[in-house]
Amino acid sequence: MVKVAIFDYGAGNIFSLKNSLEKNDAQVEIITSFDNVNSYSGLLLPGVGNFDPAIKSIRDYSKTDFVDFVGNDTPVLGICLGMEMFFEKSEEGKEKGLGVIDGEVILLPTEMKIPHMGWNDIQIERSSKILEGIPNGSWVYFVHSYRVKPKNDDVIVADSDYGVKVPAVVEYKNFFGTQFHPEKSGNIGSVMIGNFLRECKK
Amino acid sequence: MTLTKRVIPCLDVADGRVVKGLHFSSIKDAGDPVQLAEKYSKEGADELIFLDITASQEQRETIKSLVSKVAQVINIPFTVGGGIKTLQHARDILLNGADKVAINTGAVKNPEIITELMELFGKQCIVIAIDAKRNYNVEDGKNIFSEDNQKFWFEVFIYGGKKGTGLDAIDWAKKVEKLGAGEILLTSIDMDGTKNGYDVLLTREIVNSVHIPVIASGGCGKPEHMLEIFKNSNVDAALAASIFHYETHSVDRVKEFLKERGIPVRL
Repeated sequence: MVKVAIFDYGAGNIFSLKNSLEKNDAQVEIITSFDNVNSYSGLLLPGVGNFDPAIKSIRDYSKTDFVDFVGNDTPVLGICLGMEMFFEKSEEGKEKGLGVIDGEVILLPTEMKIPHMGWNDIQIERSSKILEGIPNGSWVYFVHSYRVKPKNDDVIVADSDYGVKVPAVVEYKNFFGTQFHPEKSGNIGSVMIGNFLRECKK
Repeated sequence: MTLTKRVIPCLDVADGRVVKGLHFSSIKDAGDPVQLAEKYSKEGADELIFLDITASQEQRETIKSLVSKVAQVINIPFTVGGGIKTLQHARDILLNGADKVAINTGAVKNPEIITELMELFGKQCIVIAIDAKRNYNVEDGKNIFSEDNQKFWFEVFIYGGKKGTGLDAIDWAKKVEKLGAGEILLTSIDMDGTKNGYDVLLTREIVNSVHIPVIASGGCGKPEHMLEIFKNSNVDAALAASIFHYETHSVDRVKEFLKERGIPVRL
């Protein structure tokens, strides 16, 4: 059984994510710091909360850095806010991001309703481990006010249309991100969670 | 493609059971909430809303355990409302597996709770429920409309539709958006329970006054009503209860009906 950790910023529903991982046969632990030895095959940064408090909870309460904890080999899945934190900075806050992917996080176009909330379809730009078995045009559940803007477009593996092209899935080294919530996206989302866990087993 | 319109079954819960009645009178038992939630989720519901219509202090523990039971059997978003007045109560519900909390009376009495919740959990967690009703005592400073030569404004009601507040629903919608609400659940008291269709005028006016998503509620008696509200307003989602509970219409059939008539839905 693959053992993974969810980092809890203390700001909302991580129950559904835990539930979804367990249904895909993972053993899940909730962690609030990186101080213990990394005995996990994967790490999840959930998608609830606000940029600054979430970044602070990751940075300020551990002696070990996030980057040192996960290294080059622990697969990390960042969901929504969790993915936004991979980047260097966000218009949602003043704090520096984790900076593992070059680029920034900006507000969605203001002529659209914000948050972008509901089911939208994804266009797959290139093959990706996390999207194995996912048909192009699948519906997934989004709820967010910001979008990521990577310096290098090659990290974007799928996008969605909301007035502009919104990067929906990013992949860079051992970092996987989804702007939508796979744990809330029905059976399609569950397949993605399963794909991530398969990466963790490798 | 782009964002789809959402079809949302609503479960009114009292004493741990789903009930349906006209304005709290002649309440009928409509089933087990966990079973119904799972069924709707499998049928393709885009989201679920639970409203605790008893909303008493004693029921809080029951609701907490119900929330986590429901969260275990579904993989779509769900919202819980009814009697939420404090940050702690909202937090309890979110940490037990709900994605959003819906607040009506609690927000009218203490609007700051909206901003406090936004700062803690993000605006996507906060649904402000607005129950609105036509008031024919026309006053200065209200947004006035007219139908059949009668003038009126839309007044916000609290305590399950029992008490008027004097607040204009359109002004209140704009205010809750400013305070940090992520979505509005708009119920027309005039139409609720009638099965004559959603309140097109009210829905359209609220949708056009804010830039956050709006869910239309109250009055749905058949799939045609959902089609009507999606065609005649830019509303994001339509909520219905009784048409789903008694197997009159399944969620997937309603969505097929909408899709065949040109409404973008997830199927």
